[in-house]
Amino acid sequence: MTETAKKKEPLVPLVAQIVGIRTDTPDVKTFKVVNTDGKKPFSHIPGQCAMLSVPGVGEGMFSITSSPTNEDYMEFSIKRCGALTSFLHGVEEGQQITLRGPYGNGFPVNADFVGENLLFIAGGIGIAPLRSVINYCRSFRERYGRIDIVCGARSPRDLVDRDEALGEWAKDRDIGVHPTVDRADKNEDGWEGHVGFVPSYVKELGFSPDRTAIICGPPVMIKFTLEGLEELGFDKSRIYTTLEMRMKCGIGKCGRCNIGSKYVCRDGPVFRLDELDALPDEY
Amino acid sequence: MTSEKTKTEAKTKMLKISLEKTGLLFEKLSAAGKLYIPVDGAAGASFEKWDGKAGEANKFEMKMSSAHNTVKSAKDVFFPQTEDLMRFRVNGKKIEVTDCSDYLNNSNNSNNSDVARADNSAQNEKTANNIILFGVRACDVKSFEVLDRVFLSEPCDTYYKARRERTVIFSMACAAPRETCFCTSFGIDPSCPEGDVSCIADGKYIYFEIKSEKGERLMSSLSDMSDISDILESIGDSDPESVASRRREIKRRAERLPLSGVSTEPFGAGTTGRYFSSPAWEELSATCLGCGACTFVCPTCQCYDIKDFDTGESVVRYRCWDSCMYSDFTKMSAGQPRLTRLERFRQRFMHKLVYFPENNDGLFSCVGCGRCLASCPVNMNIVKVMKKLGGGAGD
Amino acid sequence: MQRTDRDALVRRAVSLMNDGVCDRVLAWRRGEFSSDVSPGVFTDTESVEKELVRNFFCGANLSKYLISETEKTEKKVLIFLRPCDSYSFNRLLSEHKFNREKVYAVAVGCDGTADIGKLKRKCGALSDIKRRGDKIIAESLYETNEENEENEENEANGAERVFDLEDVLSERCLSCNLKNRADCDEIISDGGRDAVSERFFEVRRIENMSSEERYEFWRGEFSRCIRCNACRDVCPACTCEKCVFSNPSSGVENKAAANSFEESMFHIIRAFHVAGRCTDCGECSRVCPQSIPLHLLNRKLIKDINILYGEYKSGESVSQISPLNSWTENDADPSEVAELLERSRSK
Repeated sequence: MTETAKKKEPLVPLVAQIVGIRTDTPDVKTFKVVNTDGKKPFSHIPGQCAMLSVPGVGEGMFSITSSPTNEDYMEFSIKRCGALTSFLHGVEEGQQITLRGPYGNGFPVNADFVGENLLFIAGGIGIAPLRSVINYCRSFRERYGRIDIVCGARSPRDLVDRDEALGEWAKDRDIGVHPTVDRADKNEDGWEGHVGFVPSYVKELGFSPDRTAIICGPPVMIKFTLEGLEELGFDKSRIYTTLEMRMKCGIGKCGRCNIGSKYVCRDGPVFRLDELDALPDEY
Repeated sequence: MTSEKTKTEAKTKMLKISLEKTGLLFEKLSAAGKLYIPVDGAAGASFEKWDGKAGEANKFEMKMSSAHNTVKSAKDVFFPQTEDLMRFRVNGKKIEVTDCSDYLNNSNNSNNSDVARADNSAQNEKTANNIILFGVRACDVKSFEVLDRVFLSEPCDTYYKARRERTVIFSMACAAPRETCFCTSFGIDPSCPEGDVSCIADGKYIYFEIKSEKGERLMSSLSDMSDISDILESIGDSDPESVASRRREIKRRAERLPLSGVSTEPFGAGTTGRYFSSPAWEELSATCLGCGACTFVCPTCQCYDIKDFDTGESVVRYRCWDSCMYSDFTKMSAGQPRLTRLERFRQRFMHKLVYFPENNDGLFSCVGCGRCLASCPVNMNIVKVMKKLGGGAGD
Repeated sequence: MQRTDRDALVRRAVSLMNDGVCDRVLAWRRGEFSSDVSPGVFTDTESVEKELVRNFFCGANLSKYLISETEKTEKKVLIFLRPCDSYSFNRLLSEHKFNREKVYAVAVGCDGTADIGKLKRKCGALSDIKRRGDKIIAESLYETNEENEENEENEANGAERVFDLEDVLSERCLSCNLKNRADCDEIISDGGRDAVSERFFEVRRIENMSSEERYEFWRGEFSRCIRCNACRDVCPACTCEKCVFSNPSSGVENKAAANSFEESMFHIIRAFHVAGRCTDCGECSRVCPQSIPLHLLNRKLIKDINILYGEYKSGESVSQISPLNSWTENDADPSEVAELLERSRSK
């Protein structure tokens, strides 16, 4: 870190601007963000997060969904669930927000993942942090082995990044995209894909355990998927997940996002399953 | 420890002052910076800014408290209960950010494109920026080390750092430790506190031992003041021995305190598994009210919340003390990982006794000051937790 | 010694547990020193015999714990009720905060409890405190309280200091005069202390200040508040499952006051919230780590309610109706309120 960067107060954010809004599902929108000079606010590692805020409304931690290889802007896929997210869902392009980060460790895309066959498993908005990794890996396709992506949602219209996943990703050679939905009305949604929960679909697909698995989704999905993967013979040291906790500072100081001695904002949000097993059962 | 704390090893430089002249000393010190001393009040002692006006025959209105320690620690000098961090001006879709930190008034770094820095020409009087904390006990000096670990580790909290760096600590050896004291369990010597200038009183004199460059600088700035030689004296030949014997007496007292046997040995890094699922938490937490008294009087508790306040003209983002005992501490829209009182209670003690040392080279985030023993509405406290868990209830 | 001694409590607890009537006991647990007493939940007879204590330092009232404890058992929770606590017990019961069927209430007498802060300020480091009749004997850890030697006013203290009981009693106990009012399953003793001071003495003192003095008085007191919420959390009239001040979705959630005006308002609003329901148990003042005499705010409202709507004591019975929830022909007319209260000041 440079001397000037050091002196800067980490809690003071920079001003950024929403320059694009895409409606993914009835409750998820993806926001394209640049700084006031029209450039990408800062660089990041896939899996890292940023504190996004609208003054007077709130501040929240969101994973950066765009790939670091995107040099022009940053994207956040945000599900409407609280005050801040509801506000964001109501804004128009040109709205300024504040941003600070990047926070967290990110995925070991240039270390442990290199040369590995990768299996991404996402449930609902859980695709948000994985999208950054997936697109990063697609940019450096030669570094990684086979890539499979299982993505699930409550219904076809709740599938986040549906066009990208079923379009761009599925077209790639050596990438298998396996979408599934909890339930679908064939007449209404025109869904011809798989219907069923993510954990059982993963077992059904019967992936061989010589892969690195990366999971993100609601806690209950993660729990049952992990059980499924262990049944398939996956080693805990090769399963990664990313956690969500209440955060205020993002820098391991405000004291609320710890699990045992690990702070999710600083030491996470990406953890290997064997690391999580060593932590107290508080999540 | 902080880098500025370079100890002047072995070179003992001692001065003394007759007790009745402390008011005169405070007058001098308050000219060298903003001086805080412990004073008595309706709720017990607290650190207050010294403004004792000199009256007849150098009698000062504001006297140092005779209580053993303050009800709250002095942590709010560095980490105030509430402080404005920044101000947002929201105009339609546009936002402007202004950093509120007071240190900006006297630092040279400005011109951050995204942060409008305050004008620094207004305040340039060097001494006005010093903070002098006088009469800090050994446990509380140690607590600053714990806070430093949190706030000064990268990325450094500049609000804290600015205040911490310009503070000179005059510590004071204990005279009569309370029945609630157990600092010796954490390896703290109440007879010989750390600090920039370490003081000890013997009933007639206060002796000053300079311990850091910062202390040295401050003391030498005092020596430039007029008639300081009437106040501060050099020590005599017999003084070192009388100080040493005073220290021995304090140590003897500390050893005989009822809680001096509390052991930290069963705790520290790597003991999460041993205690986390202990059935003892149930009984220990059963009558906890879930209030924040313990966390707010605690010298090492530093959890905070960040909130926005709309003044009508702008939005002020401020920081305030928070407590892990509060039910909404970890509440988020997606769920609540610490739903029960037991989980929140456990978090507080596990943090002090296990998690913090795990992340900080074995340093416990309790200094045995005993404030929580005195303040808890239901008298549940860390000593009971340590005795119960350390006594084998965890296994 | 207390009017109802420890052995009587232990005997009842053990036999009720052995008989299978109760499996949880709400009482007081001994700690590290005689003054270090906690409210405690006992779940086995062994710990009752070893740890249950009944002394001058059993300050905590227990009835609020019934809300959570009765949910934890199929049997009954044994609770020992002192006179002041019986009012809170009735109050909670009238608001249906717990199931009476799940409680075995035993009335115990009380001779008052200590103001530990007062004692400590007088004695410094305590090693032990005993009670002999109407005297309190405090043993200091040191021959002299050398703390004072650092100061000019050097007052040597003996190792043992003797106080009149009334000098170290809690303010709430000095004006107690209460009898147990709960419909208890058993009565060991229903008596409390006889008052030695008039209940509204302090309120009157503050009423008689000029408005500037009074403002300064409360501003000084409230300025010490650290918003720990102990007063709220211990209060038997504060039983909302989620207080607006800790509910992020309430819109008024706040951990810190934005300014000193808000700081005062928090306590004044709280006093109004519990008006007509406050049982005057004094727990708010007992638990305050900053020694703010919060119960005086409540007492002021109690005094005013008495003047405007007739004598009323919240918690006297389960079936009573608060004067703020009812109307009678004798109620003060809004137009006379100011005059009635003004006239009552001089009394």
